[in-house]
Amino acid sequence: MSIDIAPPPTPEKLGEGRAPTGRTTDRVFRYVALGAGLLVFVILALIAWSTTKEAWPAFKFQGLSFVWSKTWDPAHMKFGALALIYGTVVSSVIALALGVPVSLGIALFVTEVAPDWVRRPVIYVVDLLATIPSVVYGLWGILVFAPAVQGFYQNVADFFSGVPVFGLLFSGNPVVGRSIMTAGVILAIMIVPIVTSIARVVFATVPSEQKEAAYGLGATRWEMIRGAVLPHSRSGVVAGVMIGLGRALGETIAVALVIGSSAQITARLFSSGDSMAAVIANQFGEAAGIHRSALIGLGVALFVLTLLVNVFARWIVSRSAHEVATGAVR
Amino acid sequence: MTASMLTSSDRSRQLRSGLATGFMILSFLIMLVPLVLIVGYVLQRGAGIISWDFLTRDLPIIDRSADGGIGPAIVGTLLIVGVATLMAVPLGVLGGIYLNEYGGNRRTAVVVRFLADVMTGVPSVVMGLFIYTIWVLRFHNQSAFAGSLALGCLMLPVVIRTTEEVLRLVPAEQRDASYALGGRKATTIGRIVVPAAVPGVLSGALLAIARAAGETAPLLFAIGFTTRTNTNLFHGSNVALPFLIFRNATSPFTAAQDLAWGAALTLIVIVFVFTLLARLVAARFDRRSRA
Repeated sequence: MSIDIAPPPTPEKLGEGRAPTGRTTDRVFRYVALGAGLLVFVILALIAWSTTKEAWPAFKFQGLSFVWSKTWDPAHMKFGALALIYGTVVSSVIALALGVPVSLGIALFVTEVAPDWVRRPVIYVVDLLATIPSVVYGLWGILVFAPAVQGFYQNVADFFSGVPVFGLLFSGNPVVGRSIMTAGVILAIMIVPIVTSIARVVFATVPSEQKEAAYGLGATRWEMIRGAVLPHSRSGVVAGVMIGLGRALGETIAVALVIGSSAQITARLFSSGDSMAAVIANQFGEAAGIHRSALIGLGVALFVLTLLVNVFARWIVSRSAHEVATGAVR
Repeated sequence: MTASMLTSSDRSRQLRSGLATGFMILSFLIMLVPLVLIVGYVLQRGAGIISWDFLTRDLPIIDRSADGGIGPAIVGTLLIVGVATLMAVPLGVLGGIYLNEYGGNRRTAVVVRFLADVMTGVPSVVMGLFIYTIWVLRFHNQSAFAGSLALGCLMLPVVIRTTEEVLRLVPAEQRDASYALGGRKATTIGRIVVPAAVPGVLSGALLAIARAAGETAPLLFAIGFTTRTNTNLFHGSNVALPFLIFRNATSPFTAAQDLAWGAALTLIVIVFVFTLLARLVAARFDRRSRA
């Protein structure tokens, strides 16, 4: 977004406001503004208090096995979230593995390669990806992408069968379209715009003297990027990746539609799985009592997890020179 | 240096650099694929379904039935997002004013700024659960207003930080000039700083609206479900486009899926219009301030 400023009003307008304003107005306005700022703190505190309070019965009922047990079976009053945490983390890691290289590639393309007339359209198109609502990704994922990709998964699984590690990762029990892998792919598409825009801002802060110095020493473009751009941007890029991770961990609707909704811990990425956010979305409607309380408990766990990731990201940003990068995060 | 002077190591360095550049261009093309596929598919499936009838009629009472439209969901979306905007934008602008005009680098301001950034990272489903526990459970009230509260909480930190950044661009000389003419701080902010920043704030607010309009998870537990238009903000269940799409996406019936595609196209158009407005506002004032 480009941010711009209107011209100052004509001086005559100034006098009008002078007479009725006094010291009291000044002070009142100051406190109102401060109050609005503090609202952020109040809301965050209320989120923590209110959700924890409602989740408490489930925490008490299930105890520590809420995070250690892998059996999530509401019908038999078993609320172990480990398989859901696993699904959340694995689908997000897939998203990072696929999405981050592409994001950095686009950001480098925009800042270091593309001529001016290409730069703007590329940025617009990436931003366009960010405007698609997550539920539309989910709708496309469940009705178009998942059915179409199942055969491809099967081919990949056949190709790698017998190969150590890969043979296990790229397989399923059974191979299905709505799977952990599909959730990861959709999440990857969804985090590309945010990671790209942060990386772009960070890369743009690299002093041109340093780039020119690298070229002056005879570096190729790639050597210049490795020697000047990347070292200078490392912390900013890490922060961007963390913010992307936070988005992926908390994404609900798209994942709820494509992950397959079966809570299990498996290394086979073409199998169906489930995530914390997805279970909340899918089960809340028909949940009551301890079950509902346990779902709110998943929300608490998700809140804590994303809070840690985001605090870490902001901490990196605040201690590096990339303050400017926060501006890219919306 | 002529080509003949290149050693083989030079050539491999050039090759590597070329490959890296190729990967960067490829990245962009890779990203284009899902964009084209998704937008193309939504257009293809949605365009045949949308008609004036479809946009205005009530939802079908039976999912199997192709007889009905998405009128109530459009009204619900506009109502919920509109009220969320009315709450989040004034408060967010005040918060931004605090950060830039009063807080500066004071400890309170640094903490508020940090928390606002952290709050933008709170998953929207958690915001939905929050409003469920603090509003819906307390007042036994699923309504458009509960949805607005959830969306408002999501928009607030975005508006705060956007406002702060736009205010930072207002030249200090303008403030000084106002003080020199005897303007008090509140007067200066109200008459000089904020008016100068209006286009930037407006553009940021429009982007926040566009994002809020597409949110599903915050509404899941807040607004309930209804097949008829409900314009009562505080009373009775409501329905919104994203929620309707989510509900119908898992339906086995073709008619329900068609409804979802039509609703998806409508939603994308709404979101796109707000995004475009934001850009136009930004571009228009850009030209004016340069002139």
